Amino acid sequence: MISNAEEFIAQLADKHGRKRESLLPILQDVVDQYYYLDESYMVNIARELDISTADVYGTASFYSFLGINEQGKHVIRVCQTIVCDMKRKEDIIDAITELLGIRPGETTHDGKFSLFYTNCLGSCHKGPAMLINDELYGDLTPEKTKDILVSYMKR
Amino acid sequence: MATQLKRTELIFREDIDYSALMRKIMKMGKEKFIEELIDSGLRGRGGAGFPTGLKWKIVKEYPDPIKYIICNADEGEPGTFKDREILDKASEKVIWGMALASYITGAKEGFIYIRAEYKYLKTKLRIAIDRMEHNIKSLGINFKLDLIFGAGAYVCGEETALIESMEGFRGEPTNKPPYPVNEGYLGRPTVVNNVETFVNAMIIADIGAEEYKKLGTKASQGSKLFSVSGDCCKEGVFELEMGMTVQQFVDEFGDGDTKAVQVGGASGFCVPRKEFKNTIIGFEGVPTGGSMKVFNSSRSMYNILENYLIFFEEESCGQCTPCRVGTQQLLHGIRAVKRKEKPKTYLDELLRLAYTMKYASKCGLGRSVGNAFTSIIENFREEIVY
Repeated sequence: MISNAEEFIAQLADKHGRKRESLLPILQDVVDQYYYLDESYMVNIARELDISTADVYGTASFYSFLGINEQGKHVIRVCQTIVCDMKRKEDIIDAITELLGIRPGETTHDGKFSLFYTNCLGSCHKGPAMLINDELYGDLTPEKTKDILVSYMKR
Repeated sequence: MATQLKRTELIFREDIDYSALMRKIMKMGKEKFIEELIDSGLRGRGGAGFPTGLKWKIVKEYPDPIKYIICNADEGEPGTFKDREILDKASEKVIWGMALASYITGAKEGFIYIRAEYKYLKTKLRIAIDRMEHNIKSLGINFKLDLIFGAGAYVCGEETALIESMEGFRGEPTNKPPYPVNEGYLGRPTVVNNVETFVNAMIIADIGAEEYKKLGTKASQGSKLFSVSGDCCKEGVFELEMGMTVQQFVDEFGDGDTKAVQVGGASGFCVPRKEFKNTIIGFEGVPTGGSMKVFNSSRSMYNILENYLIFFEEESCGQCTPCRVGTQQLLHGIRAVKRKEKPKTYLDELLRLAYTMKYASKCGLGRSVGNAFTSIIENFREEIVY
């Protein structure tokens, strides 16, 4: 696994370059592939770009979409900002908890799903809204949310 | 209800031959178009409102062979979704607006910095970019455009933080000056404009400054996209002329029981019912990046304020103390007052803290926390205390 990751990161550095501005695209591609930034990946990236690991960690940890803790294959982000809050985002969270058994900040035991709160998704007119990986879902109801999650269980 | 607001349909008009329009501008000349742009009164649509023509002129006249054009699509202000709508429905117009900026300023390379939350627009934008690059080459202009994705940080919508992020660093705003127009991306002169600003530049190229100025008011020209949400009879993105009063807006969009309207998102101002009639939406009254959130009387203003403060506390980049500590203290403070752990006069101390943040914070994030805080506390103090 790790030797694979090392190779993968070297390929990414070839693709995006080894300059400082290459760091974010590399981190983003690693997260796409491995779901989060394991410490060993950050060490590898630092070596490829010839910067310190602390610098890679410091940069990655600034951004909420670059997970530095273990994260599931499908990351569910439920909007917590005011309009979605008014439109009962808590019911959506409860529906997810009922189906998957996780609360915000947690990951399922099989490593398939992680649940987080996120700030405004720009879908206030279709609230409550959530993002699963890169896909946006709006006008949610607890039932609709469960249907969507079931479709992800099969992936 | 009969509509009183003047609607416009310029932004999403798609029957434009962009290559022909570009040829028209090339014939007109760079100097002449910049004059036209300045004359139109167009001010940046991200919220800060810097004159666009002036920005392009500064970059154009800067003697550097390498320049950049950046489209700020890091739309993160709570309640704002008009940029997403533009990128989705009028992507070509944005991209050609950037090409226009590149022709005027002499920049050969451009980037759309788009928030990670909008990654589902990737394919669509790539196709539009390829088409533009192909067409513009035949006009003899060399312009390369690329997409850069953010990674979930509201503060990156601030232009210097956006540039830091593009350069591979933490998205922390830097001191101004130097301004991006002088030393921007990789130290080169850079135009950073909002999505809607590029579209407006295209509209001006199309209809001319004379026609454009007929829309809106003296201080706020042209039409503007509004993102309307909350307790409304209709929600979504609407293109309206600037300069209407909040009352006119509420008559059209409210649910009949509107208590307050938050204009300009979490960093904007809360307008209470008694001020609806004499508050103008625009640079002469309450400025807005387009976010209009409508609250009816069933809503607790305490919950709304607390929600905004949670947002700011999470999104503050943390490098300057007034903002990092200030956002935390405001949040803890109103919670303590609500729980009766602090007397209600403590709110006055918090107002002074908000005032200090406005002057001592490094960037617009910390400086604008006080807008919502002060306007909600001043108008709805009893709801915060009891």
